[in-house]
Amino acid sequence: MGAVLEVTCHNTEHPPAGRAEERQLKQKSPVVMAVLMVAALLAACGSKKPTENPAETATAVPATTESGTQSAGIATVDASSSTAGQGALGPDGPLGSQRVIYFDFDSSEIRNEYVDVLAAHGRFLAGNANVRVRLEGHTDERGSREYNIGLGERRAQTVKRALALQGVQDAQIATVSYGEERPAAAGSDENAYSKNRRVEIVYIN
Amino acid sequence: MALCALLSLGAQAQLKIDITRGVTDPVPVAVVPFSRAVPADGGLDVAAVIQRDLESSGRFRALDRGVMPAQPNKASDVNAASWRAQRTDYVVVGRVVPGADSTVQLQFELVNVLSGQVLLNESVSVAQASVRNGAHRVADRIFEKITGIRGAFATRIAYISVDGAPPSQRYQLLVADADGENARVAMQSNQPIMSPTWSSDGEWLAYVSFENRVSAIFVQRIRTGERRQVSARVGVNGAPAFSPDGRKLALTLSGSTGNLDIYVLDLTSQTLTRITEDQAIDTEPAWSADGQTLYFTSDRGGGPQVYATAAQSGARARRITFGGSYAARPRVSPDGRMLAVVMQDATGFRVGVVDLASGQITPLSRGTLDESPSFAPNGSALIYAGRDRGQGVLAMVSVDGMISSRLKSDQGEVREPAWGPFLK
Repeated sequence: MGAVLEVTCHNTEHPPAGRAEERQLKQKSPVVMAVLMVAALLAACGSKKPTENPAETATAVPATTESGTQSAGIATVDASSSTAGQGALGPDGPLGSQRVIYFDFDSSEIRNEYVDVLAAHGRFLAGNANVRVRLEGHTDERGSREYNIGLGERRAQTVKRALALQGVQDAQIATVSYGEERPAAAGSDENAYSKNRRVEIVYIN
Repeated sequence: MALCALLSLGAQAQLKIDITRGVTDPVPVAVVPFSRAVPADGGLDVAAVIQRDLESSGRFRALDRGVMPAQPNKASDVNAASWRAQRTDYVVVGRVVPGADSTVQLQFELVNVLSGQVLLNESVSVAQASVRNGAHRVADRIFEKITGIRGAFATRIAYISVDGAPPSQRYQLLVADADGENARVAMQSNQPIMSPTWSSDGEWLAYVSFENRVSAIFVQRIRTGERRQVSARVGVNGAPAFSPDGRKLALTLSGSTGNLDIYVLDLTSQTLTRITEDQAIDTEPAWSADGQTLYFTSDRGGGPQVYATAAQSGARARRITFGGSYAARPRVSPDGRMLAVVMQDATGFRVGVVDLASGQITPLSRGTLDESPSFAPNGSALIYAGRDRGQGVLAMVSVDGMISSRLKSDQGEVREPAWGPFLK
């Protein structure tokens, strides 16, 4: 296994305890503003659900703008597990337990219950252009293996599009499909299958 | 990280064939222990290997050694009446003798004890280290003489084994004799390995490895372990298939957009030709024997079905499978008349065959999670993967569905069998 870095972050309500160089990096970044404008544009003209996205983007924009100018909302990249419990992406944070998106059988549609979760990831990533994610698509074991690679990729792409709607840049997102090759749960029943049809959002940097 | 070497495995890693269903009227045969004049042959019981091969085909019933009326080594010493009394139709006798340059000769004769006729009187010459392979070649000749079908015992299978519980599993690509013996690890990794496939000369395997956390396609020379990464493009790199002349590889790529399409990669020039261009998942290409047609899986019509297109141009694809909700992962029979596919019916996922002339699709296996069918090089049977008590297992079924067998493994999960070509 390669090194997987654990990412923790701090939202605007909790002032950052991140390293100084991370804050400086963030202060310098004009990219954040550009991303936000793109997000607003996407929300305004690209959305198929006008009642939903502009509102979300509207709340996201001031919050992250504030973080950009006040050097708050900084992502702290830390490979050690000792700090993993902190921040929005730590187990105790708002996104901590929500890094896996589950799917229905033979479907790559985002279930309603994950819309807000993905929007939160999207806002976080849009506001932290130096943070990257790998979206790992998986299926259950039924059907042929390479076709399932296709289904897993389709799921990862659906999640990617949902993040892009929040203004996450293409370069921040990599996708990989493992099809049925890396199940989260063993077993040949719906209980295992429902845990295996998923996209894992893996933060890398 | 991946290791590539042919590592020898302990005895526990073998597969054993168990007949689960044979023909109702198997041919009664007796394979008499061969006499041995070669101390350096490793002491292999050649007759036992031949007998197991014949029995594993489901078409033969072998006479127990304990009730053999005699143990002759030459056809001239076979007393036909005494074998007929044991309800035996055919008797195999033979001798292991030294050949030139530290080779071993397996001399054998096949006697029809009903007619008294000697049907075969031949000799197979092998290196001392390859006596087992020689025994398979003897079985091939006997099988062909009696059934009229070329034997495929002296061939090999490649497959994937997986051990450990999710999410930390170890993956191995193995190559074994067709009877499951003699398994060797060709490659191993702690990330998934999938889709092994043979070149038509049996020298190379192509496969997908996630050893760098993303998919990449490798080709590997089995004998030496020499390997080459031939595709590690952005997105999916999957479903490799050697062209019949071995110069090209059909494969599936997604690019950054995630749209899987089929391409052909020229292995010498590295030229990549796009074959399909469709928003659907197009994958699992398989070449026709003449290299003119590519069969593949696509869900452009809704669910996955098998389509065919011109291998040079990708000219307008035509749908091959109808009438079921799911038909995927085609493999072309050696005579080009059938496709083996994974299909779904009311009971689950099974392997079946599609008659290309009539379009008729026939399920062959009886499991509920069967997949990855691969034709024997003589076209008489399929090897495929299924599940039994939560464990991935390999099984075989004859193309008429009459005979089925199981390759038992105690090495953990086994999957994705690929039956290699006849060895030259």
